[in-house]
Amino acid sequence: MRCRKCPTRAVIKIPRHHTAFCGPCLTEFVRTQVQRAIKTERMFTPDDRILVAVSGGKDSLTLWEILLALGYRADALYVDLGIGGYSARSREKVEQFAQQFAEPRQARLLVHQIKEEEGAGIRELADLVRRPTCSACGTIKRYHFNRVALANQYDVMATGHNLDDEAARLLGNVLRWQEDYLHKQGPNLPASVEGFAKKVKPLYRLTEREIAAYALVNRIDYIVEECPMAKGSKMLLYKDVLNRLETESPGTKQTFYWRFLERQANQTSTAPSMQDTDRTVLQPCRLCGQPTTADTCMYCKMMARAKSALV
Amino acid sequence: MMHVSMHVRVNHPPKELEIPGPKRVREVLRELGLIPEAYLVIRNDELVTEDEILRDTDIIDIRPVISGG
Ligand code: SF4
Ligand SMILES: [Zn+2]
Ligand SMILES: [Zn+2]
Repeated sequence: MRCRKCPTRAVIKIPRHHTAFCGPCLTEFVRTQVQRAIKTERMFTPDDRILVAVSGGKDSLTLWEILLALGYRADALYVDLGIGGYSARSREKVEQFAQQFAEPRQARLLVHQIKEEEGAGIRELADLVRRPTCSACGTIKRYHFNRVALANQYDVMATGHNLDDEAARLLGNVLRWQEDYLHKQGPNLPASVEGFAKKVKPLYRLTEREIAAYALVNRIDYIVEECPMAKGSKMLLYKDVLNRLETESPGTKQTFYWRFLERQANQTSTAPSMQDTDRTVLQPCRLCGQPTTADTCMYCKMMARAKSALV
Repeated sequence: MMHVSMHVRVNHPPKELEIPGPKRVREVLRELGLIPEAYLVIRNDELVTEDEILRDTDIIDIRPVISGG
């Protein structure tokens, strides 16, 4: 099979766009999609300072590489969860990447270590507060990204969520008709209230497979191994179902998520905006000042419980 | 008799198996029950499309692209 843009052999077929690319043309395609996402969703400008949430996986490292290649001012934050060998290996990938791609462009890697700062690894913490590991992990990661972004005056936080992530999450929410969650599913979540950093997802136009191929072609060495806690997750099931549909009928994932975004965009004129709803329900946490619906935020509550169990 | 040797990394620890060629990537994936949308096929360090023919001496790496996060 030939590349559709030049006479070279193709390395990937992209059925949803009826096309196929060689390595360099894939690179161009992926970067163009990211640039389009940034522009059409008004995510940020070349003057903005961006904080990328990196895990060592393909999506977040690829996102960081692309932003740097496109000339954006992007630093990154890695949260070391303290999950034995997995955390050690993923951290090594992130540090290698930072040395190879970020340092030459004067971009910085920030690291937060849960074990050192919170007193125990994420699995132990979750046990102490009797919550599922992934839900405790989500709370802690969100908290620190927001805290670091605000403390260092970043204009925007970027995550590596891709089309598969967003379509799978949408499917999960729709299956349970969790309409409250639907309005928080866009690729651009504005800084709704004082104390919340703006959040964007510049990879939402690209599938996991396209991103993995980009990483491979551009020699981005990421951790292929999964976090051991992800085993048997609902997300994996939804992604599998969507990929079966995608194989039979290319474009399914894109249509499902993008049409949802279009509907959402059309509705915003009548429905109260997320900013307005948030402003009425959120207030600063009594202990840390981050916005919360209660008087103490989830993170502070969790840490208070963990501390009393730790002593 | 030479073999296509495939390093299938669907689960941990990695599974290795031998499949006789020549065969198209698409057929190998189908035989293994893998959906093309969820994997990349790498031949001797190079990414290949589903219509590519794999031969007996090739070293094939099948890499899952789906993550649970
Ligand atoms: S799988 Fe769970 S524990 Fe592991 S990084 Fe993701 S949310 Fe955290
Ligand atoms: Zn080309
Ligand atoms: Zn708090």
